Amino acid sequence: MADLRSNFIGIKSPNPFWLASAPPTDKEYNVRRAFQAGWGGVVWKTLGSEGPPVVNVNGPRYGVIHGPDRRVLGINNIELITDRPLEVNLREIKSVKRDYPDRALIISLMVPCDEDSWRDILHRIEDTGADGVELNFGCPHGMAERGMGSAVGQVPEYIEMVTRWVKKHSRMPCIVKLTPNISDVTKPAEAAKRGGADAVSLINTINSITSVDLDLFAPQPTIDGKGSHGGYCGPAVKPIALNMVAEIARNPATAGLPISGIGGVTTWRDAAEFMALGAGNVQVCTAAMTYGFKVVQEMITGLHDYLDSHEMTLPDLIGRAVPNVTDWQQLNLNYVTKAVIDQDACISCGRCYAACEDTSHQAIAMKPGRVFEVIEEECVACNLCVDVCPVEDCITMRELEIGEIDKRTGIPRGGYANWTSHPNNPMARAAE
Amino acid sequence: MSQARLSPGVVPGRLTPAELAANFVDVAPPLDRHEARVAADRCYFCHDAPCITACPTSIDIPLFIRQIATGTPDAAAMTIFHANILGGMCARVCPTEQLCEGACVRMEAEGQPVEIGALQRYATDGLMAQRSHPFRRAAPTGKRIAVVGAGPAGLACAHRLAAKGHDVVIFEARPKPGGLNEYGIASYKAVDGFAQAEVDWLLGIGGIELRHDQRLGQQVTLEQLQSEYDAVFLGMGLGGVNALRAEGEERRNVLDAVSFIRDLRQARDLTTLPIGRDVVVIGGGMTAVDAAVQARLLGAENVTIVYRREQARMGASRHEQDHATGAGVRIICNAAPVAVHGNGAVAEIEFCYTAEGPDGLALTDDRFRLKADQVFRAIGQRLEGTPDALQLDGGKIAIFGPGRTSLKGVWAGGDCAAGGNDLTVTAVAEGRDAAEDIDALLTGRPVEIPG
Repeated sequence: MADLRSNFIGIKSPNPFWLASAPPTDKEYNVRRAFQAGWGGVVWKTLGSEGPPVVNVNGPRYGVIHGPDRRVLGINNIELITDRPLEVNLREIKSVKRDYPDRALIISLMVPCDEDSWRDILHRIEDTGADGVELNFGCPHGMAERGMGSAVGQVPEYIEMVTRWVKKHSRMPCIVKLTPNISDVTKPAEAAKRGGADAVSLINTINSITSVDLDLFAPQPTIDGKGSHGGYCGPAVKPIALNMVAEIARNPATAGLPISGIGGVTTWRDAAEFMALGAGNVQVCTAAMTYGFKVVQEMITGLHDYLDSHEMTLPDLIGRAVPNVTDWQQLNLNYVTKAVIDQDACISCGRCYAACEDTSHQAIAMKPGRVFEVIEEECVACNLCVDVCPVEDCITMRELEIGEIDKRTGIPRGGYANWTSHPNNPMARAAE
Repeated sequence: MSQARLSPGVVPGRLTPAELAANFVDVAPPLDRHEARVAADRCYFCHDAPCITACPTSIDIPLFIRQIATGTPDAAAMTIFHANILGGMCARVCPTEQLCEGACVRMEAEGQPVEIGALQRYATDGLMAQRSHPFRRAAPTGKRIAVVGAGPAGLACAHRLAAKGHDVVIFEARPKPGGLNEYGIASYKAVDGFAQAEVDWLLGIGGIELRHDQRLGQQVTLEQLQSEYDAVFLGMGLGGVNALRAEGEERRNVLDAVSFIRDLRQARDLTTLPIGRDVVVIGGGMTAVDAAVQARLLGAENVTIVYRREQARMGASRHEQDHATGAGVRIICNAAPVAVHGNGAVAEIEFCYTAEGPDGLALTDDRFRLKADQVFRAIGQRLEGTPDALQLDGGKIAIFGPGRTSLKGVWAGGDCAAGGNDLTVTAVAEGRDAAEDIDALLTGRPVEIPG
């Protein structure tokens, strides 16, 4: 059995699955249940400064996007940081950590952007026994209006400044949580690194309006007829998160900076994909909020089986796909494939035909008896037919051999060549 | 077990009122909103969908299912009604496993089709429950058309004509409209008086006058209709029942299945309906199944369907056959009745096994007898009382083009017309298409969908 024990910036946990700072980690009762269910670590829901805690709305905090059969694809929230007194949270953190010394327990923090506030909160959490801190520079709603959360995360200079304060006033490992509501995620990551961060975690939630009530004409979730943007998370945001993780992993200025991957991790496979793109571990929220804490058991067995079947260790997996993330101009333009339809697997729904005929390259013929065949002379290998086919592996892409004629262009397939040297590229450099 | 259940002969009240009520509930209860959304999610929205091709009325099934899936079931119902104004009844009685659901690509994928029939019922029930009729009539044309028969073909024809602005008079032989929807299908397929409610709803379009007790050739003649109306549509169904041609067929309690089904549908109190203890149904179609299953549900102890050919050739679908066997009906194939025995009333019926030969079906020497105190004939119906002027084809009214008969100005559709398959949905299609043809000829307008 593969060893799933994780060591992330010196923080040990029995597996790389942590619960993200969010409603599931707001109090002792939930966190104990999470640890009993098998979660490797927990990032405690964000603490604020001492004093009267924030308040939450008393109407709906969540909006949702459903897929077929009301499967939860994405959740948007307008909940703020913890609304419980600081002392209560600290007491509970200490109690839980004492009983679960083998689990990772990280405290998420968000206080005003001055050094005293950060020094004070860091001193308050010192004797909880927590393993590290995560700086919440990501929440896009509510707190951002008060100059915290993503309002900090959108200004690299602030990230660097606050991270420096944290490293100056605490010896705890420091993870900087990044907002995706920014044009280039490498800039805040570089700032965190300059400030001395031990790791970054991403993504926090994405600015969003989930839907509009078409009777009230108000965004959802709706509070007394009004709505504000919230933070979007869940399976729907995973592609955005994967790209941002990969951008940081392959950026020379941040290469090697540990990453905690967050954003739509729902199954072991999602977790493995984040880790292959450079994440040292993953954080999960929406999957737990949808199905409960037990989902971690599938993640554990799934990752075990995957690593075993590929004869890999967990460290082997981390970052393994990063060298294969490149820029478009480096892609091999002489790599030619053609769609192939497995007639035995085909159920004759015609979705490939409709997609190709109406919206692509007219490269699928519909023959008598609802037989669908690829016209190689027209096929540009766009893959849309594969994507819309309801039967997995019914349509596949066949790679042409080197030298084999591409029936669409009449040109034999050549070796590697990319856009940088392509004759149509006005900026082309002669191949050397 | 009550004593009445085992009473010999043909007697009423074998089961208690409570048992009968439980036996005759809706055989396929409607989907609720959640179930409908889940079922609708399974549709792949196929290109040039095979289910549409398989539907005699060509309902745009992927579209109406998508309309359900997106929360607009009334729009879904209109998609259905534009193609098939009796979409509500067809959702209940169509052999979907032989039509749309049988063609569903999900059958190929996992052997479980999208529940098209149930979804159609969900959409149509919802819109029909709103009471107001959803179609409006075109401007009056001043044309008057006579429709003979208020069954599926006649109703579909009348509705389409009324929608196009024509005035329609329906001449119906029986005291109630609906045809086989009212008189000819198993009670548990259309409960709570659905057939009559559907006719009332359909007539809500206006411009259709319904005259009862008007049998063609008796109270009214084709010549009269031809002279008084701009066009005539014949949709009177099949009035006669084929004979067994078995010795002793005239014995008491040898009955027509269609009469049994009709009496059952019209009965106010099922405890008054007599049924045998040992019932034999001769035939292999849906009528045979409807009669046999309902005989069981009324309390018959032994019910046997005997069909003269092999099982694969039965007119009843496999689904219907399974429904029968699930209700405790035994099915015997490759056997034909040769004699009905008994002293006055039937007591036994004698069969010969059959063999398919080069010259068709032949009786073998292998014989057997079944105990029977009641026998139902369900071996097909035939046209009766057709006006002599009409050309026939295989015992039915010959058709040339969309419902056109050999007589100018006279159209026909449904079971009485040649070329169909005795399904409600086919009758609807034929009535609708004849209406389009009538309209095009009378007005010279291009054929268009009204409403």
